Amino acid sequence: MSDTILEVKNLTKHFKTKRGMLHAVDGINFSVKRGQTLGLVGESGCGKTTVGRTLLRLIEPTSGEIIFEGKNITKISLNKLRHVRKDMQLIFQDPYSSLDPRKTVSQIISEPIIANKIFKSSEEIHARVAELMATVGLAARLFNTYPHELDGGRRQRIGIARALAMEPKFIVCDEPVSALDVSIQAQILNLLKELQAEFNLSYIFITHDLSVVNHFSDEIAVMYLGKIVEKAPAEQLFKNPLHPYTQALLSAIPIPELGVKKKRILLKGEITSPINPPEECRFKKRCVYAYDKCDKHPDLVEISPDHYISCHLVEKN
Amino acid sequence: MDKNNLVLDVKNLFVRYETEDGIVRAVNGLNLQIERGKAIGLVGETGAGKTTTALSLLRLIPKPPGVEECDKMVLDGLDMLSLSVKELEKVRGKDISMIFQDPMTALNPVFTVGDQIAESIFLHEEVTYAEARKRAIEMLEVVGIPGERANEYPHQFSGGMKQRVVIAIALACHPKLLIADEPTTALDVTIQAQVLELMKDLRKQYNTSLIMITHDLGIVAEICDEVAVMYSGNIVEKGTLEDVFNKTKHPYTEGLFNSLPNINDRKAMLTPIKGLMPDPTNIPVGCPFHPRCPYMDEDCKKPQWERAISDTHYVRCSAYDRPGFHIKRRER
Repeated sequence: MSDTILEVKNLTKHFKTKRGMLHAVDGINFSVKRGQTLGLVGESGCGKTTVGRTLLRLIEPTSGEIIFEGKNITKISLNKLRHVRKDMQLIFQDPYSSLDPRKTVSQIISEPIIANKIFKSSEEIHARVAELMATVGLAARLFNTYPHELDGGRRQRIGIARALAMEPKFIVCDEPVSALDVSIQAQILNLLKELQAEFNLSYIFITHDLSVVNHFSDEIAVMYLGKIVEKAPAEQLFKNPLHPYTQALLSAIPIPELGVKKKRILLKGEITSPINPPEECRFKKRCVYAYDKCDKHPDLVEISPDHYISCHLVEKN
Repeated sequence: MDKNNLVLDVKNLFVRYETEDGIVRAVNGLNLQIERGKAIGLVGETGAGKTTTALSLLRLIPKPPGVEECDKMVLDGLDMLSLSVKELEKVRGKDISMIFQDPMTALNPVFTVGDQIAESIFLHEEVTYAEARKRAIEMLEVVGIPGERANEYPHQFSGGMKQRVVIAIALACHPKLLIADEPTTALDVTIQAQVLELMKDLRKQYNTSLIMITHDLGIVAEICDEVAVMYSGNIVEKGTLEDVFNKTKHPYTEGLFNSLPNINDRKAMLTPIKGLMPDPTNIPVGCPFHPRCPYMDEDCKKPQWERAISDTHYVRCSAYDRPGFHIKRRER
């Protein structure tokens, strides 16, 4: 069994809009190691959710390759994809809209089991649902309740139980705690970590919250307007961010401690439109270091072991 | 605290919503004093009563179903409880104003942003509309938007820019007290940093007192002087930043800090608070936090009151009556 569970090569997704081509994801490369977490961070509109959905082919990629467990799944038929998807699951951001309000907790969790015809008898299904509910910390008495009767944290647990139902190897967590209060957020993060250790799960953890991603990931990729601008092991990225955007992003995190002196890098302006973006570096307009070379978008290069950056400044220094 | 220089003095505020499903007790006997020019962070999780408190200070609680009871609410010498609706209209937007969480819905889509800022100035100050427009354009520039854009409509601005417009409206008449309800929650971090920086500057420039409602202790550390932690409709701990962050006293405040990922120590395990926020229609007797509190004893089920730790630091927790009691979080 290879160490890498998922590999993405040159993944691209362009959407056709009235005003032109929207470059949501623009030729990105990364891989996820078995049993580890890759954090995908970036601000709204940078394409992180599109990446997550394209990996599962919920959105068909425009070009590029998705290699899961050594198999190229980019072009396989939907019928074959069904089998692959048992191993790949998704946890959604909003525990309010991702659960069918007309189904009970047990119906929601048993849906993938029934759809994939894993168990035939209702006793077996019942037992499996009860087991899953116990795994994610949902009390057995909630078996026949409806989502609207439950709080956000419990609803997110339902979503996690549903994702675990097929015993997946790989889960895309799309902002799984953003809608939750801090005390509940901590409960869910701990749960996801325990499950990872127990079932040797690999995660892609999509979020805009940098302190959460630092806590949760082994490796972090920073996205800006459809491109990965920096990728490094979590500790390395936080200790030694190299891309000007990563530096600004990290300096913008409000830290709940007193006396932390930090130099804040305030970015001018806002994210430019991803529709028909110019050839230049996507970050050029907001970058304080921009110079003539930045008219062409830089490639992502490895500058120290496992530390990748897409910036012309590297050559300069 | 300088009791003679208060911009806001609230005593014993209760707000409840009488609904068909029961009585929602949103604010339960809250006391709050703010010194002139100071910024206080009102921190708490969903349902703690932060927004209801803010709306009550503006006397904007919808009645019915809302019912308010309060012993004292004085804004800069003005008895807010005795004012008529007409008089309140003169105060809101002039002496006290509010920035709402969602800039997308706080602005009127069919008026230009220039007109929306001018409206507030025209209503509250004795100026002609042309002058109000002129001041509106100045205000736009103060918040970092080019004056030419005054004739544009909200949909032509990005989220961060819209929040700047909202801030311009709120500060146009130099209010004495500004209430900001999660002003940056809908924004990205880099834009949030810009907006917070702007609020910090303007507050100094106009000497405005600020109530910053937020769930983010990081934001509080950055722009506030004091913190009040709310739980289940009451302030459970209040003090200076130093008091609350470094000499934490209330078990709930401790739980909040333990739930946050530590950016400097990524291996540290999170310690969440067990259980859930109480249902506001059925708040536990005594300290509302006692069912979730690791230090609970029988006294916690009796009525609670504030205990002074120092001149600036208050905690609403009966455990401090026990000799030698302290929470696990160490002083820093």
